[in-house]
Amino acid sequence: MSPTTLDSILQGRRSQPQQLVEVLQDVQESFGYVPEDAMRTVSKDLGVPLMEVYRVANFYKAFSLKPRGKHVITICTGTACHVRGAHQLLDQVHGQLGIQPGATTEDGFFTVERVNCLGACALGPVVVHNGNYHHHKTPNKLRKLIDSVRSTSKEEGQL
Amino acid sequence: MTKLNTANDLEALRKQIQAQRQSIRTTLTLCGGTGCQASQCSDVIAAVKDALIKNGLEKSVTVRASGCHGFCEQGPLMVIEPGNVFYCHIKPEDAQDIVSKTVMSGVVIERLLYVDPVSGKTIQTEADIPFYQAQDRQLLSQNRLVDPCSIEDYLSVGGYAALAKTLFQMTSGRVIDEIKTSGLRGRGGGGFPTGRKWADCMEAPGDEKYVICNADEGDPGAYMDRSVLEGNPHLVLEGMMIGAFAIGAAQGYIYVRKEYPLAVEHAKIAVQQAREYGLLGENILGSQFSFDVEIARGGGAFVCGESTALMASLEGKVGEPRPKDVHTVEEGLWYKPTTLNNVETWANVPFIIKNGAAWFAAKGTKNSKGTKILALTGRIKNTGLVEVAMGTSLRTIVYGIGGGATNGKAIKAVQTGGPSGGCLPVSKFDLPVDFDALYDAGSMVGSGGMVVMDESTCMVDVAKYFLQFLQDESCGKCVPCRLGVDRMLELITGITDGRGKPEHIGLLQELADTVRETSLCGLGKTAPNPVLSTLRYFPEEYAAHINQKRCPAGVCKPLITYAIDAEKCKGCGLCLSACPLGAIKGEKKQAHVIDPQLCSKCGICADECKTQAVTVN
Repeated sequence: MSPTTLDSILQGRRSQPQQLVEVLQDVQESFGYVPEDAMRTVSKDLGVPLMEVYRVANFYKAFSLKPRGKHVITICTGTACHVRGAHQLLDQVHGQLGIQPGATTEDGFFTVERVNCLGACALGPVVVHNGNYHHHKTPNKLRKLIDSVRSTSKEEGQL
Repeated sequence: MTKLNTANDLEALRKQIQAQRQSIRTTLTLCGGTGCQASQCSDVIAAVKDALIKNGLEKSVTVRASGCHGFCEQGPLMVIEPGNVFYCHIKPEDAQDIVSKTVMSGVVIERLLYVDPVSGKTIQTEADIPFYQAQDRQLLSQNRLVDPCSIEDYLSVGGYAALAKTLFQMTSGRVIDEIKTSGLRGRGGGGFPTGRKWADCMEAPGDEKYVICNADEGDPGAYMDRSVLEGNPHLVLEGMMIGAFAIGAAQGYIYVRKEYPLAVEHAKIAVQQAREYGLLGENILGSQFSFDVEIARGGGAFVCGESTALMASLEGKVGEPRPKDVHTVEEGLWYKPTTLNNVETWANVPFIIKNGAAWFAAKGTKNSKGTKILALTGRIKNTGLVEVAMGTSLRTIVYGIGGGATNGKAIKAVQTGGPSGGCLPVSKFDLPVDFDALYDAGSMVGSGGMVVMDESTCMVDVAKYFLQFLQDESCGKCVPCRLGVDRMLELITGITDGRGKPEHIGLLQELADTVRETSLCGLGKTAPNPVLSTLRYFPEEYAAHINQKRCPAGVCKPLITYAIDAEKCKGCGLCLSACPLGAIKGEKKQAHVIDPQLCSKCGICADECKTQAVTVN
């Protein structure tokens, strides 16, 4: 965690408790999660009790309190994706990676998340891999995506 | 960018922009919405621009990356004007052909045209496509005419004229009267009369007032607000400005879901552009009216779509609702009078001011006026965003616009209104899209999500799906919602697991009534709707699960088993390699078998099998 980044996030927002959610959004975006140290600094600088900072960080789904994997696979489980078989995608990643949504693989490589709706319902089931949208995803296509991420990373020596 | 100091400055700028554009011969509009971005439209847009430069046409042909056209399933898509030629499923390698053939020689490329899945006919123009033909696109049609990142585009189609009219020709009372007379009702789900809300807020004592645009579209299966804010952000801003003038607010907020990154970005750009032109800030267009807008990103909590929870979130707190015995129009954000409307509601305002209340009220039913944008999704041929006059029947929407069922399966129901709504069976498809008619039938228009379900959908499982969603999203502040939804889910899970008893139906109904009557906010009050509506219209499915321990749709895992029909199986190995758990065994060209101990009943093998050898019992 870089203190300068946190400093620039807090700039112009200090002593403004109403900025808490927005500050945490930026922390999440910059660090990929909300580290405890950052919560302590935010608490002090905004003038919000640490317990309240933790409560807010814990309440909203946008915030993760644990570091996430290098590759975040987000599966949309909105109604439209659900009736088109999004649950099969959850079964697929569970079978392939051995983790449930919200968890990260032991090697810290993959995190699987579920989201209630991404608003791309006409193209369901939708899967997002590190910000890139994939439409009409089948378990087979998802398996290939995960395999290709793995093999590319192996080639690049990341695994 | 020069600051506009008077209404005349605005008109002069508009004329200047329109004059500059007269020399443009051809416009290629490509959809750049979230849906088409998922289909890699950015690569297509770049390729088209490249092809134009190669042919020296970059000055005489405009390429516009617009907001969502609604027909996401066909993306990436393009409309070429003049000619209204509609191309779909475009790939970057098609760009050169489009420029050399269609743009330069006027030759239509057959392979890129849309084929109607119902008639099998090839259609050349956007206007002739049945999906668009049955619609009445008052708000959405402008999406195609503007680049959401260009305020000049919005000005060229008459943007901010309604604001100028409001500021210099109307009083706040006149504006509110106009909105009241139009019959506009809130598009976010509640259907509350907008004019009455504004009047109450204007009359509420206090100098400091706020307007809020609710773009926390959390209903799964709904994306109308995303498309409007992402595709035409200035329209929403203009609506908010008019509302702020009417109630006397100087500050506004757009609370937009973080899950809609493009909408966040476009709204931010629009606010910045409006500030630079002086359309936001002090003394707008030289009037006495000062107003500014800030963008806040939602934290991914469904409950924040509820007005008081949203306001708590804007205040930097946990998004928990508070009792509404004093309404938010009197004590809202920071306990100041606040008017909160949803994106689509704000987007209707400039049109009503520009064209008059009577124009708006001419469409729709007795108590539901104007048009409504719906997100038509699920198991139908044409999925996408549709805008229809209020009063249009569900049948016209599902069959006329949606093109009916896919894969020859019979349509069973349409789910409207998201987790607060209900499932309506085919026998109710003559009902109109009308706030009161759908409410009386046990569902609601809600924000406009419409998910079509066919015989492969289990209605008990749908009820369970929504209860799981609501249990997950309940903020936990009030007991009826926190525990009541939990217990309902427990009962319904028992039913889908084959442990249901006949008396559970009565218990479910009793719990549903208690949760509805005693919950604090709208989330809890409407949470029982998916259960109640499926119990009302599909009692036979509950009975099959409880009495025969059978799931007629073959969905509920504990009640089904998968097997491979040895006669049909060709031993191709597709299922074997697809099974994520390695539960399928068999030699090449020999019939395969499923190991029931390992099988998780996900159904992936059944989808992969080309010979329909995998059966569900």
